[in-house]
Amino acid sequence: MGRITALEGIEPVRSVKTPARLEYNFTAGLATSRFLKGISRKKILGERCGAEGKVYVPPRGSDPVLGRPTTEQVEVSQRGTVTSFCVVNLQFYGQGMEVPYVCGLILLDGADLPLMGLIQEIPYDQVRMGLRVEARWVDDAALKPTLASIRYFKPSGEADAPYESYREHV
Amino acid sequence: MRDVAVVSFAQSKHVRRLPGLNEVEMLMPVLGEVRDKIGITQDRIGFTCSGSSDYLAGQAFSFVMTLDGVGAWPPIVESHVEMDGAWALYEAWVKLQIGEIDTALVYSYSKSSPGELRDVLTRQLDPYYVAPLWPDSVSLAALQARALLDAGLATERDFAEIARRNRTDASANPHAQLKGSRDTNDLLNDPYIVAPLRRHACPPISDGAAAVVLAAGDAARALSERPAWIRGIDHRIETHAFGARNLTESPSTRIAGDRAGVARGKIDVAELHAPFASQEGILKRALGLSETVAINPSGGPLAANPMMAAGLIRIGEAAERIRRGEADRAVAHATSGHCLQQNLVCVLEGD
Amino acid sequence: MAKQRVAVVGIGQTKHDSIRKDVSMAGLVREAALRALADAEMDWKDIDAVVIGKAPDFFEGVMMPEGYLADALGAVGKPMLRVHTAGSVGGSTALVAASLVQAGVHERVLTVAFEKQSESEAMWALSLPIPFQPPLVAGAGGYFAPHIRSYIRRSGAPDHIGMLVALKDRRNGCKNPYAHLQEHDITLEKVRDSIMLWDPIRYSETCPSSDGACAMVLGSEKVGDAATKRPAWVRGTAMRSEPTMFAGRDQVSPQGGRDCAADVYRQAGIRSPRREIDVVEMYVPFSWFEPMWLENLGFAEVGAGWKLTEAGVTAMDGDLPVNCSGGVLCSNPIGASGMLRFAEAAMQIRGQAGEHQIDGARVALGHAYGGGSQFFAMWVVGAEKP
Repeated sequence: MGRITALEGIEPVRSVKTPARLEYNFTAGLATSRFLKGISRKKILGERCGAEGKVYVPPRGSDPVLGRPTTEQVEVSQRGTVTSFCVVNLQFYGQGMEVPYVCGLILLDGADLPLMGLIQEIPYDQVRMGLRVEARWVDDAALKPTLASIRYFKPSGEADAPYESYREHV
Repeated sequence: MRDVAVVSFAQSKHVRRLPGLNEVEMLMPVLGEVRDKIGITQDRIGFTCSGSSDYLAGQAFSFVMTLDGVGAWPPIVESHVEMDGAWALYEAWVKLQIGEIDTALVYSYSKSSPGELRDVLTRQLDPYYVAPLWPDSVSLAALQARALLDAGLATERDFAEIARRNRTDASANPHAQLKGSRDTNDLLNDPYIVAPLRRHACPPISDGAAAVVLAAGDAARALSERPAWIRGIDHRIETHAFGARNLTESPSTRIAGDRAGVARGKIDVAELHAPFASQEGILKRALGLSETVAINPSGGPLAANPMMAAGLIRIGEAAERIRRGEADRAVAHATSGHCLQQNLVCVLEGD
Repeated sequence: MAKQRVAVVGIGQTKHDSIRKDVSMAGLVREAALRALADAEMDWKDIDAVVIGKAPDFFEGVMMPEGYLADALGAVGKPMLRVHTAGSVGGSTALVAASLVQAGVHERVLTVAFEKQSESEAMWALSLPIPFQPPLVAGAGGYFAPHIRSYIRRSGAPDHIGMLVALKDRRNGCKNPYAHLQEHDITLEKVRDSIMLWDPIRYSETCPSSDGACAMVLGSEKVGDAATKRPAWVRGTAMRSEPTMFAGRDQVSPQGGRDCAADVYRQAGIRSPRREIDVVEMYVPFSWFEPMWLENLGFAEVGAGWKLTEAGVTAMDGDLPVNCSGGVLCSNPIGASGMLRFAEAAMQIRGQAGEHQIDGARVALGHAYGGGSQFFAMWVVGAEKP
């Protein structure tokens, strides 16, 4: 293979920056749509497969154990127990939040598994397992069918839940 | 080689845009149906394998969410390919050959509607030299069509006739998206999308899902009165560089067809994954199919083209014809990548 | 045809680094593949099929890049499969390749796993906004940290255990010339003083983001017998999956992991993993996963995994060395990490691990996991044929 004399002494191209942009229109799905409509009415609605099924919040369309669609809506409490959490101290693109902040797993009363939520109005180093929290919503006028309508969860003022009451979710 | 057969097949009713349902909700009824048809539950399935693409879903790890539709509890033996479900079926067939399990569930799906499919598919290219030019899937297929015309191997009328025949046959297929066609002369009056391809020569954009159950030996006979036995299956890939290929031929299809044993007997039906009308002739020649073979009685991908599932559907459709006694020996083909870069061929037989 | 034996006859990997500016994706996979072929004393033409695996394509910004890589991997005219099972993919890719040999379909399979995450932006790809949810979880660490906290609570483990793992694995990495992180002056104090990223996970307890690739040549029994170098014989292979989230799910010690381990031990004839396995390569991207996986894999009783770590059992001079290569904590090209565990286990058997070799290793476990601790892939390799 010969050498291209015209290119001699020219800095080789080592990388190519190729911006790419793709736009996607996501479909929430029936279950998520039902859930988000409930959110816009300040209700937290879980779903389950039949009366004996486990209550999933937020519902994602199926009971994953059964592989069948959830069929019934169940309103769960706006209060719950922190079953675990972490303190996020890492900035990343698209985050939109100041660090450090607490991300918690919150078992709402009536739900069968915890959901993830932002925990605020408490110093981050005082957040603990068993903390009782309640949803803090945006103003009524700003309610929309998005999880961002729940601004965060804040301490409800109740005594901590005993470990036994949420132990199986830890 | 262990005798493995298709014993059940289900697919969704393919549409341009599935309103309101996400991928899990689209897939669940298909999984329910493919198992219910033969009275098998997930816990009796030995291996599950699926095919899908993150870039179509617009989400990383997108296949994880659809696992929620399977009922994967207690934990299952499961794997996934970022390819058309036909290759997931191949992986499942290999697993069955080992002899430790007797049944497998294969599924694949996509919604092309969230993104702009032609733009999304530009990302499926050499990122240094080709993708920055943003050549879309239709333009690349048009390059191939042009090569056929220049070589005298096809005419634009051929493309129109193939489109007309496929979509007319699709009228009998309750799952097809496009059913029925105007006549060939009428089609030829349409403007080009990208010359020499007119709209009719291009596949529709579809949301859809499909699933197959495979079973081996006696398990197959217990689950189906007339299993569609896989007598041969093989797949091959060609170079990615378009300039280094003769786009009028499909050597990978030819090799795969030879290895799968297409020529060992008379073929009644062929389901060919030719998303563009111009590609059907290439595949027909590569497989050595005679004029007596019925091609794409389902209507093929020109009637419904759910990405990642269209190849699996070819296998399912061919298998169903055998299971219904409408054919004794069939070929099913699946493709991946632009301009038929990678191809899988499966030969199916009834007893 | 009964299940065929599989021999690992060639292993190769790249030097893993934060940005491999010197190679394209094709160059990266070829570096690993060429080393595996050289190790196997084979050429591209000897290979019957290629099985490649990697994690989400958003990491490189290329959809289904294996199409583009077919030429670079000598796959033209051959069968090529692309596996994607999230983080466990490197492991499951090896398992798919092994199954081709076990089924008697092919004699010599080249399997490759890679990630060139510097091409795109890994944190972004891991935190792609999930529609209809505010972006809370800052990457994988943010997802796992609450479950690590649960482990600490359940087991009563003291706070410093995670740091011991980080120190051990980073020191081990210094004995592995391919490892991305080469932290020759790491100390426990430095680990402790590093910034908390997702309490309780510190920066020094977190895996890096790496470009890298791993490759192996798997052969049939005939190929293994004919090899000049000692093969590592595959004695067990298993994979399990479970849903991400369901009521009652144990995220700390998932059932899928336990079932997968039980299956692979049964195949390999192992009744007491703690006694019978000489060396372990397990997927530990965040330090606390070592004690958690020790329990999940049956090396320790529930709640006692941390005690093995604390007692030095998992150090290179302990009696159950874990991650002598430095593990995922030193190199994390996500798509390759699982295969690196499988490959490093095989390297121990073949006596190829150089400075991080455990002398006399005859049975080794390779472990990979992915998703929300829901996908598991494992293999046991040994000096003896099964």
